[in-house]
Amino acid sequence: MNDSSAHLAEIPDEFEGDFPIRVRGLINRFGDHVIHDGLDLDVKRGEIIGVVGGSGTGKSVLMRSIIGLQIPAEGSIEVLGRSITDARDDEDIDIRSQWGVLFQGGALFSTLTVAENVEVPLREFYPEITDELRHEIARYKVLLSGLPANATSKYPSELSGGMKKRAGLARALALDPELLFLDEPTAGLDPIGAAAFDNLIRSLQETLGLTVFLITHDLDTLYEICDRVAVLADKKVIAVGTIPELLALDHPWIQEYFNGPRGRAAKDAQDRESASVVQPSLLADTGAMEQE
Amino acid sequence: MLRFSGPMVVSSLGLVDRRLRHISESVDEIDVRDVERMDTVGAWTVWRLSQQLGARIVNCRDEAERLIKAISDTDENRESIRAPRLPLLQRVPDEVGKVVIALGVGFLQVVGFLGQAVSAGGTILRHPRRFRALALIHQMELVGVNALGIVGLMSFLVGVVIAQQGAVQLQQFGAEIYTINLVGRLTLRELGILMTAIMVAGRSGSAFAAQLGTMKLTEEVDAMRTIGVSPTEALVLPRIIATMIMLPLLGIYSSVLGIIGGAFLGSVSLGIPFLTFLARIQEVVPIHDVWVGLVKGPVFGLIVAVAGCYQGMQVKTNAEEVGTRTTSAVVLAIFTVIVLDAFFAVFFTKIGWG
Repeated sequence: MNDSSAHLAEIPDEFEGDFPIRVRGLINRFGDHVIHDGLDLDVKRGEIIGVVGGSGTGKSVLMRSIIGLQIPAEGSIEVLGRSITDARDDEDIDIRSQWGVLFQGGALFSTLTVAENVEVPLREFYPEITDELRHEIARYKVLLSGLPANATSKYPSELSGGMKKRAGLARALALDPELLFLDEPTAGLDPIGAAAFDNLIRSLQETLGLTVFLITHDLDTLYEICDRVAVLADKKVIAVGTIPELLALDHPWIQEYFNGPRGRAAKDAQDRESASVVQPSLLADTGAMEQE
Repeated sequence: MLRFSGPMVVSSLGLVDRRLRHISESVDEIDVRDVERMDTVGAWTVWRLSQQLGARIVNCRDEAERLIKAISDTDENRESIRAPRLPLLQRVPDEVGKVVIALGVGFLQVVGFLGQAVSAGGTILRHPRRFRALALIHQMELVGVNALGIVGLMSFLVGVVIAQQGAVQLQQFGAEIYTINLVGRLTLRELGILMTAIMVAGRSGSAFAAQLGTMKLTEEVDAMRTIGVSPTEALVLPRIIATMIMLPLLGIYSSVLGIIGGAFLGSVSLGIPFLTFLARIQEVVPIHDVWVGLVKGPVFGLIVAVAGCYQGMQVKTNAEEVGTRTTSAVVLAIFTVIVLDAFFAVFFTKIGWG
């Protein structure tokens, strides 16, 4: 028997702290319009945190601030132990290889095929990867995101809205990031597709050990997959906790949000499901996903 | 046995992948006990090697096992992820054929588009209330008023250059005074309107194509249709009419500035007083030269606007197409304008307006 061994070179350290995202005293304003006023938020390692709030409360602005697209007026933001607010553009590049972002509309590069879209971050950060391996990676990421294999060679304009989101997720996962940012991942999907997408995110999160920052309006998503929920109102995060913890609070917006007709329906669905003891599903589930 | 150690992640595997693909020894076990960390790329590599070498994976931790299981589920049929591509000898004639057909179809479509615009114009004539005066005035401002600065500067300088170059040649016969004829007739008859058309094609024709193209991409045009607003009436017609009105006006303005440029040079270096130069223009330029310039204006305007709007409305797929369509709008407009200008020149000479 031949004995060969390959020792792999050391690479950027895995983040070891407990809070991959720490936001302190964040202030964002556009002209006179103040969006955030002293916002604090800690995201725990390995959790799915859902961010909710009425329209215009600055959920997306918060996400854009954390990933460095929006420069806040004041406050500090730390991602994976490094400051985003102090970083220069060229310095924070190695943080960027450790997060993946899914924008609302998918934000796929329209002149590239789905597979090429997934390959963009790989080319950018790891040019040493051979073409062969890169194609293989792109292929399994696309399949992992619940798209059929023949979608890899399609252009974004040939995809439906749900497929674009999956392709966007595949691109967000291209570098096996520790952090995943999702901006309304289930908005615009049919209920079956949305439920499948929720399952997909949960199972990916469990398998890959991701920390997920998830903006959503979808109460089902909150009940199904979020470990904790952060509520944005009055220019701050007014509460963070599990849904039962939030329900115990006496804030009018929170009460209305979770106890409105839609909130109750989502809760009932959750109760029914937990009564019938469903095992957390693994990736095998994604086979049942809708094929647009 | 093949043994891995260290982190098996995307950032470390690129360096060893080539070696791993060319293992010739027989391996029956892949040992991953010393792997500190594994991501999906690591899992894929281990899985692929196990398939490639027919080896078992041993000493796998729980998370790693789960990852490998998840990855292997996606590995059903390894069909290519590239779109199929014809071999070169077939691809070249294929592409050439497509271009030729597209040319023919494109010509018919332009005619169809023009017909649509004309019929929309007819509808407007019957229902004048549906006419979008505000949009028209807005476009007139964008196409005409906002172009005054650049068109004026360009025309003034071209006037200076014509006068200067003309004077150098005419001096050889002692006929510098004919510089006035040269500047006056050339700018009013040909250059004023032609240069303006080219400038407007670059400024506004491209803007039309890019604007309408982006609106097509963001489904704004479709939204208009569903509301019952005809995009031809609301978007195309105001742009065409605005360009047809503004181009002759800009052309005359351009000629005037050209003459002023010529007069400026005349007074500075030829010793012809500024006002004398302008007064002589009236005597040496026949009035039909002004008409020749004016008649061409709306025609060139129509060409520039239709090229821009047509190309914009053809955008279907992506951002790159907006770019290529914008380019072809400008190229097509300038080309057609210059060809047509040559026909006009011959035509007007033949009817005795030489």
